[in-house]
Amino acid sequence: MFKILEKKMLNPTICKMVVEAPRIAKSAKPGQFLIVRSDEPGERIPLTISDFDPEKGTVTIVIQPIGASTRSMVDDFSEGDCFADVAGPLGNPSEFVGMSPEELAAQRVVFIAGGLGTAPVYPQAKWLHEHGVPVDVIIGARTKELLIYEDEFKSVCDNLYMCTDDGSYGFKGVGTARLEALVAEGKSYTKAVAIGPMIMMKFSVLTCKKLGIPIVVSMNTLMVDGTGMCGACRLSVGGVTKFACVDGPEFDGYLVDFDEAMRRSAQYKAEEGRANAK
Amino acid sequence: MPNKIPRVPAREQDPKVRAHNFDEVCYGYNLEEAQLEASRCLHCKNPRCVTACPVSIKIPEFIGQVLAGNIAGAAATIAEDSSLPAVCGRVCPQETQCEGSCILGIKGEPVSIGKLERFVADWTFANASAQETACSAENAPQSDPAAHRCKRKVAVIGSGPAGLACACDLAKAGYDVTIFEALHKPGGVLEYGIPEFRLPKEKVLKHEIDEVRSLGVRIETDVIIGRTVTIDSLMDNEGFEAVFVGTGAGLPKFMGIPGENLNGVFSANEFLTRNNLMKAFRDDYRTPIHAGGSVCVVGGGNVAMDAARTALRLGANTTIVYRRTEVELPARKEEVHHAKEEGIDFQMLTNPVEILGDERGWVRALKCVRMQLGDPDESGRRRPVEVPGSEFEIPTETVIMALGTSPNPLISRTTAGLETTKRGCLVADESGATTRPGVFAGGDAVTGAATVILAMGAGRKAAAAIDAYLKSKNA
Repeated sequence: MFKILEKKMLNPTICKMVVEAPRIAKSAKPGQFLIVRSDEPGERIPLTISDFDPEKGTVTIVIQPIGASTRSMVDDFSEGDCFADVAGPLGNPSEFVGMSPEELAAQRVVFIAGGLGTAPVYPQAKWLHEHGVPVDVIIGARTKELLIYEDEFKSVCDNLYMCTDDGSYGFKGVGTARLEALVAEGKSYTKAVAIGPMIMMKFSVLTCKKLGIPIVVSMNTLMVDGTGMCGACRLSVGGVTKFACVDGPEFDGYLVDFDEAMRRSAQYKAEEGRANAK
Repeated sequence: MPNKIPRVPAREQDPKVRAHNFDEVCYGYNLEEAQLEASRCLHCKNPRCVTACPVSIKIPEFIGQVLAGNIAGAAATIAEDSSLPAVCGRVCPQETQCEGSCILGIKGEPVSIGKLERFVADWTFANASAQETACSAENAPQSDPAAHRCKRKVAVIGSGPAGLACACDLAKAGYDVTIFEALHKPGGVLEYGIPEFRLPKEKVLKHEIDEVRSLGVRIETDVIIGRTVTIDSLMDNEGFEAVFVGTGAGLPKFMGIPGENLNGVFSANEFLTRNNLMKAFRDDYRTPIHAGGSVCVVGGGNVAMDAARTALRLGANTTIVYRRTEVELPARKEEVHHAKEEGIDFQMLTNPVEILGDERGWVRALKCVRMQLGDPDESGRRRPVEVPGSEFEIPTETVIMALGTSPNPLISRTTAGLETTKRGCLVADESGATTRPGVFAGGDAVTGAATVILAMGAGRKAAAAIDAYLKSKNA
């Protein structure tokens, strides 16, 4: 059993939880994810790791209710309760974790974060910042009250750019527009990393192609086991079928077939609708 | 005269009824039926059935005990060689192993060894509760944590048939055994792969796993070796002196034909895991599953039969598409027979060439060609070749690919000194020793997809090899 030590709503829908999972906390690296099963009738839900503390033996996750199982995690579980299962860390760490100091020294990274994807950017930005890599972070949301993690990011990046579609806070417009503006102002980056809804990542790739910046995306596909067994997470990368759980979750954004990935993500919409109505 | 008695049929659920539920198909024997069937055994001097059994169960001996009414004795005889009799009695391909070698089978029908094994195991569960309470005091020292401290530690990776068999033998030999399981429930393929109607989870599998635990084996779920912790760390930091890798099957194979990433195309692994491990068929579980009104399953093995019969029970008209003929179907005969009885359509000599989608990206049909058998290939089976101009479409909402798996790369990628074949299987010798000292392996992780009993056999061999290795290494 995995105890929930802290639970906090970050905005009206996104919930942050700090969970006791000592083995995972010791092994976790930026870019990896977990599988959480809240209780016996629950599904195995893949969630990107938002932070980890090997000393305290904890991992941090953020959850946004989409299906019946994520809804139950947020509604039915409080501090002090336990999740039945937390397994991980799964997937490969971000590519820069394996880079040499020389390679790292040449990097200038910009993150484009949106929605739930904002939280998993945090350990990556933190890791790069600690390793002396210049890091800019662009966080976007529809409106001010949906923005998350602003305070957390302040201490782990060189520049933080907040954006809202309606202009209620920070830059008025989407994250990619902010990136274009920054480049127009003379900023240059060796690499972009986008984490967020697939549609946001798709447009981040289009913008980066235009700007000539290589981009990495973190693919939050459907999954069942998360360990390389079910094949539910398959996606086309450069015309080749890959499994997000063992080959990813991060891929070269230029090569990902986003339209297929988005279509595949909606595969259980009808069944989920029925479950939510129960 | 015993062989004049015809083989005693096992009672089964009516096909029309069972096509709509997930309850077990076969009811098995009662004592009277079992004893009648047991009376058919000729007790051959050189029992070929024992040689044909991958774990060499003393078959005539336990059958004799059944006939004598000594069921507890029969259970003890089986337990000397097999840790999972209730499972093997249900899922072993007996027709190619013990029963396939039975002398009675030459002129008539072989002894129903599988059903007898199952009877002994089920009888033991049903009658053991009283006995267990009586011996629990005797077993107590084994589960005492203090007793573990002085024992040498062995890690078993994976709680499927190979891992369970290996862990049992090691525990019996006095080792402190911990099984690490990646999923949230132990059992491996017995839990996620084989459906409830062939192998009931609560009634049968849970019992068998409890038996393993009662030997003092600890099972840690939610630990993915290679990710949560590496083999190096188990050996260097956690004091494990030897490791057995029984991680089983891996990534599902697809055909590489157009349309495989359409919505409504699933691997059998995904479909079965959702239904078995995640209990999608039960209303009280939240797991979604998609079968729709019609399902095509591609493949001819046990997994294909399991997927097809599961889809049928979820309410779909189901077709099995296989490129050779019924004779070549690798599935157990009983499964094919049951699938037909339940109303599954078999399209033999049929090979998919494309999956066709609708404008929303969902499957609408499976485009196939007819095949004919040509010259034998390297496996000795006649190679299916395409009949020119035979293309046709099978309208379907769902396609399930049951084509086998390729090995999971997590352990080989994260463990130094562990060699793999070019197909990605772990390299291991007869005894299970890998290219890294102290690390042994067996089951599908080494051989590629095979059977429960072969995996158990490999687990047992490796247990013996680990014992020998640790004794030679000394403390």
